[in-house]
Amino acid sequence: MERSLARYIWIHTWRQQLWILFVVALSMIPYFMSFDLPKQIVNGPIQGQGFETPGATQPFLAIDFDLPLLGTVHLFDGFQLNRTQTLVGLSLVFLALVIINGIFKLYINTYKGRLGERMLRRIRFELVDRVLRFPPGHFKRVKSAEVATMVKDEVEPLGGFIGDAFVTPAQLGGQALTALIFIVLQSFWLGMIAAVIVGIQLVIIPQMRKRLIRLGRERQLTARALSGRVGEIVDGIGAIHINDTSNFERADIADRLGTIFKIRYDLYQWKFLVKFINNFLAQVTPFLFYLVGGWFALQGRLDIGQLVAVINAYKDLPGPLKELIDWDQNRQDVQVKYQQVVEQFTVETIIDQKRQTLTVDKVTPLEDALTTSSLTLVDDSGAKLLDRVSLQVHPGEKVAIVGTAGSGAEALAEAFAGLIWPESGRIAVGNRDLLDLSESVTGRRMAYASSDAYLFQGSLRDNLLYGLKHAPLTEVQYDGTSATRRRWNVDEARKAGNPDFDVGSDWVDYASAGASGPRDLYHSIRPVLDAVVLSQDILDLGLRSRVDPGLHPEISGRIVEVRGALRERLDTEGLSSLVEFFEPGAYNTQATIGENLLFGAATGPELTGKELAGNAYFRAVLRQDGLGETLYRMGLEIAEQAIELFADLPPDHPFFQQLAFMTAEDIPEYQQLLQRLRGKPIDAASDEDRARIIKLSFAYIEPRHRFGLLTPELMDKIVAARHRFYDGLPAELQGAIERYDPQKYNTAATLSDNMLFGRIAHNQPDGPERIRSLVRELLDTLGLHDEVLDIGLDYNVGVGGRRLTSAQRQKLDVARALLKRADFIIFNRPLAALDQRAQDVVTRNVLEEANRSGRNPAILWVLPNPHLADLFERIIVFHSGELVEDGTHETLKKENGIFTRMLA
Amino acid sequence: MLLNDEVGMLRKVPLFSRVAPAKLKLLAFTSDRVSYKEGQTLFHQGDEGDAAYVVLSGTADILVDSAAGQIKVAEVEPNEIVGEIAILCDVSRTATVRASAPLEALRIRKDHFLRLLTEFPEMTVEIVKVLADRLSHTTAELTAARSRARQANS
Repeated sequence: MERSLARYIWIHTWRQQLWILFVVALSMIPYFMSFDLPKQIVNGPIQGQGFETPGATQPFLAIDFDLPLLGTVHLFDGFQLNRTQTLVGLSLVFLALVIINGIFKLYINTYKGRLGERMLRRIRFELVDRVLRFPPGHFKRVKSAEVATMVKDEVEPLGGFIGDAFVTPAQLGGQALTALIFIVLQSFWLGMIAAVIVGIQLVIIPQMRKRLIRLGRERQLTARALSGRVGEIVDGIGAIHINDTSNFERADIADRLGTIFKIRYDLYQWKFLVKFINNFLAQVTPFLFYLVGGWFALQGRLDIGQLVAVINAYKDLPGPLKELIDWDQNRQDVQVKYQQVVEQFTVETIIDQKRQTLTVDKVTPLEDALTTSSLTLVDDSGAKLLDRVSLQVHPGEKVAIVGTAGSGAEALAEAFAGLIWPESGRIAVGNRDLLDLSESVTGRRMAYASSDAYLFQGSLRDNLLYGLKHAPLTEVQYDGTSATRRRWNVDEARKAGNPDFDVGSDWVDYASAGASGPRDLYHSIRPVLDAVVLSQDILDLGLRSRVDPGLHPEISGRIVEVRGALRERLDTEGLSSLVEFFEPGAYNTQATIGENLLFGAATGPELTGKELAGNAYFRAVLRQDGLGETLYRMGLEIAEQAIELFADLPPDHPFFQQLAFMTAEDIPEYQQLLQRLRGKPIDAASDEDRARIIKLSFAYIEPRHRFGLLTPELMDKIVAARHRFYDGLPAELQGAIERYDPQKYNTAATLSDNMLFGRIAHNQPDGPERIRSLVRELLDTLGLHDEVLDIGLDYNVGVGGRRLTSAQRQKLDVARALLKRADFIIFNRPLAALDQRAQDVVTRNVLEEANRSGRNPAILWVLPNPHLADLFERIIVFHSGELVEDGTHETLKKENGIFTRMLA
Repeated sequence: MLLNDEVGMLRKVPLFSRVAPAKLKLLAFTSDRVSYKEGQTLFHQGDEGDAAYVVLSGTADILVDSAAGQIKVAEVEPNEIVGEIAILCDVSRTATVRASAPLEALRIRKDHFLRLLTEFPEMTVEIVKVLADRLSHTTAELTAARSRARQANS
């Protein structure tokens, strides 16, 4: 990148800068005219110069030039106006000039702003573009938070400055000069006074500000380091808790904040001192004007109009001057910032732009062998990971790479993936060096999965298909306003040097996954997910999610059929005791009392757990036929029992997880409540207390808690209250609850709850598992499997995929590598989070899936231990950075070398 | 059956006979009440041990896999505890337990059980007694089996 900011700005914006300079120059004309006008108004119509005789008139708007040699040229004689008319006329001219100056200012500022924003966009894009092209080793040394701060915050002031880079000095300098020249023309000596003071300001202030710039640079560096450290704390929070180093981190942060404070405080002190001196110098000038100018006026060497005009003109001098000095400071400041950022983004070997050129067309398969010749890899410290290794892997070959820890096998896999660059020797496909191959070839025809899979925040689907998003493949048709908007986007992107790839296009390369479009993609996805044993997990995610019937009409439309089928299956399997189904007219003993009362899923805040007991309408329903009082007594009883059981336990005791009614923190509160209310009638309790007690009864499930509080009469009363509740439901609560309806899909409940439409019995320890496997079977028979898979793929994986387990993340990474059907697939111990048995299963499945339906990719698999090596036709053994054995399973076993020793 | 009845049952289990009733109630409350049909398994040999069971009613067979198929080695009766070895020693289940009649049990989770042991030493002592008792039984049986084997060989 260009190191000098001024040159960088000039290269990219010289046309615009020249135009705006021209406009600024043009704006100087009305600006100067507006100076002269007050003098004319005061001296002419007000003081009466030229109007000495009554009825005298003066020409108005006469246009004549004093040209050298030719003398005076009369263009327009003007209108003859009397004294009052001239006053009005000149005042109107003054108003017109104010408006013209304002319009100029508006245009210039808008133009500058747009110019700056475009350049800011260009710089930011260029920085991120460079991040995308950093060599892989560079990322070991940079902190992500620091890079983010630089792109986001540190270049921000550049945007403001760029528009001003050339215009401001010209404009403000012009203004200051105009004012100064005007003053000199009025009175030479007053002009000299002003000039001398301006000179002092221009010399002293920038000198004093040098210190400000140094402090500013320190501030930038310390602030960037701070954001880097905060990022580290967030990423390493686990290590901090494990090692009890939170206070060490606190000390470090406090120390850094202290340094930043000191720098900022110094900055303020110095800044205000500079400001004071600057202001003082600016104010000294009018003092001299009044004194000297007044003296001149008294002597009659200066008329009053001139003095007023000088003082008036001087008002416009310190402003531009101060801004000019500010601009200069800003320039140095921004130049420093720019250089700092550019330094950080300059690396010796950056990936050539050509390797990342957008390639829309299909890439031809790799048909040559993957070879390494005298390949040597070193780590950051310079230690050798791999020492002069030469080998060749032919297309279609299945190779197991086996080695002890630190054998270099993993480094070799990383080198094949381009994550480590060779120290010497080279990797090539055929005769083309891997580092010269375009990423459109390596990224599409080669696949790589390792144990440190990175997932982007987004849905499972986004992450699964991430390996297929190489180029915008569809041309999106825009119409109306969106077409205008798209055109504007493209135009602006080009003006700022950004690419205009349409992010709204479909980037997924279905063809390379063996599909023709989104519709039949599941034919390709499902076997891959089955191979890595992830489909069940995703299915369960789908079953646990709340489904929008608008997006998935298939499953929600057939929910009644699904419920019926599930019930039938349970009956035929003799498992009907496993589930108690919801019946609108019956009490469900496996559900809580609250659920039985509401018989629906809350969709708004009014009727959810905490608020329910306090809801006025709900309380009114309970009050009828004394149900409220029964539940109140029940709540008291539950509180007694819970406190008796739990009062002695420390608050962090694991038993509290079993207590559904209250948390450990609630116990003392309920103890007090009980003391107050015990043995008193319900009327003695306040509304709030009553709600708190009744709330306890809502969580009660008889078969689970076994306090013996539920009688058949009470159940009947609850069912009756349920009907009353819905019969009189007021309009404002209609949207807060969705009733369980055997004939309807419930949008507020999860998919599995919708399918089950009941509760699994609490005394069936393996109930949930058995229901799950039944449901999975059922989805297949009903042809709803892919639909639920689709719903599961909507699951958001969280930052870095943290909402998935590490095993799930690794499986997803393997699936991603399989899905693009590459010619060379490299697996670098990709399943480290799985236990041995699961690894075996997945490895076998993956080999089978990769070769399914006539495909025959080369597979290089770095195995964690040698006992799966017999699945591969060739085995390469590494030991401390060297290739020691290479052959089939049989030949290696005969050789009695390291491989046989590892097998033992 | 209600919590209070379960406490009565638990008191009859030798392991818990000396534990204060209030603590037994807590134990009962934090345990899951589970029921099994005849022929249903509580757990399989080789599974990871995650809970112990106190049989409230019904009976169950303790079965061990051997080369000759499953052998029944013992029977569990009401008021007996089963499955505690796997959660005490962190080993997988040493036997399969299958209900031989409709069975009601309290399922005590591993972490709850271990917590109880640390909090109530009297329970730990009882556990040691029960285990030692079983060990001496097993040793006696082993001795008898070996002497039989030696006689058969000679």
